[in-house]
Amino acid sequence: MTFLQGALLVLVAVAATVVVLRRDPLRQTIGAGIYGLLLGLLFFAFQAPDVALSEIVVASVMLPALILLTLSKLAQIDRGEKDRE
Amino acid sequence: MTRRARLAVFAVGVVGFGFVLVWGLTGLPDFGDYPGPYGIQLQKVGVEQRKATNLVSSTTFDYRGFDTMGEEFILFAAATGLAVLLRAQRGEREDEEEAEDHPADRRGQDTSDALRVVAIPAAGALIVLGLYVVAHGALTPGGGFQGGIVLAAVPILVYLAGQALFARKLSPMGVGDVLEAVGAAAFVCIGVGGLIAGVAFLYNFVPLGTQGSLLSGGTIPLLNVAVGVEVAGAVTLVFSEFLDQRLLRSGGRR
Amino acid sequence: MSFLPFAVAAWLFLVGLYGIVTSRHLVHMIICLGVVQSSTYVLLLAVGYRSHAKAPIFADIPVGTQVVDPVVQALTLTDVVVEATVTALLLALAVQARKRFGTVDPDELGALRG
Repeated sequence: MTFLQGALLVLVAVAATVVVLRRDPLRQTIGAGIYGLLLGLLFFAFQAPDVALSEIVVASVMLPALILLTLSKLAQIDRGEKDRE
Repeated sequence: MTRRARLAVFAVGVVGFGFVLVWGLTGLPDFGDYPGPYGIQLQKVGVEQRKATNLVSSTTFDYRGFDTMGEEFILFAAATGLAVLLRAQRGEREDEEEAEDHPADRRGQDTSDALRVVAIPAAGALIVLGLYVVAHGALTPGGGFQGGIVLAAVPILVYLAGQALFARKLSPMGVGDVLEAVGAAAFVCIGVGGLIAGVAFLYNFVPLGTQGSLLSGGTIPLLNVAVGVEVAGAVTLVFSEFLDQRLLRSGGRR
Repeated sequence: MSFLPFAVAAWLFLVGLYGIVTSRHLVHMIICLGVVQSSTYVLLLAVGYRSHAKAPIFADIPVGTQVVDPVVQALTLTDVVVEATVTALLLALAVQARKRFGTVDPDELGALRG
């Protein structure tokens, strides 16, 4: 196992812990995006370029966009209910 | 069960589970010590048999094409389920929406010029990149799944640049549905083509071409395009449903 | 030392599970589910790895050089895209839960009935 793979594995483990321990979803989204990019680098180090391409595209494009839209929608519902009170 | 009791049960459970998991993982062959027969066989004959230099694509769309069809339909079902979930509310709310319409919500935020200057040309470049990745799936890393998502990123980028209404025009509700269905159906039809040609379902019956050219690999580039269309359609549908929810409907309980 | 990839995969699974169980917000729970899913990707790729082997793309290396296992890569790459769409479905469920129950706290979801 090369040094690069070992270092990336440790980084991925640390990043996952940070992602889980961040309770606020908005801050967690950025962490999740970075976690996805680190995971993509790890897959690249494992000689899997196809998987790395998939993971990078998904984690930096799809997931943050959808999560942020969801959070924005939830905030909108909150605002609507507060206006109605 | 109270939260504390649940956490206590979880603590006990996770220790036991973690122990069994690590014990099981130590039974695997060492990292890097690859014994398995399939990979070695594929490496020897894969490129010769299919003339496609991307062995992972040949595996995905040819040797294990049936599994990929199943995965593609999971994607189709998830996108359709999401559309059903988010549209069920639409009919009930139409009248209420007309009355209390917030123009500020509809327009979206005003974005900075820098973002707009970068995002719009990048959207154009992304379309080319997405088509390139889909088309070269049989040769270099890439393929339908990756390229489809790159293509579906274009409406998202346009929305981020502040052109919310234009993003909706770029990905109206109908387009996502149609693309997704066409892609999924095309995959199955290419498989049935194998049956019509007298061999097995999803058999690679199209002439294989020369190794390294764009049309090598028989049905693999065709299946790549079908999957690319389907993934792009599904992600566009998902995104446009969320966008529609966010921009035009104010939610909450009655 | 060669057990590190499997140890990291197990750690990702357990930490994600902890996040799901102790979560107080549905969206946080969904992101932790993503962490659990990524542990399976790491495990699959670690199983298929071969020392000193190259990526299974023969566009520029001669046919016959040692490559890593392409079957697990095929499984993982379709899996990544499909799980992202399933995550989108779960997010839609979270929005619907908020509309129907008035809360995104998983502990309280069962209690309020509209």
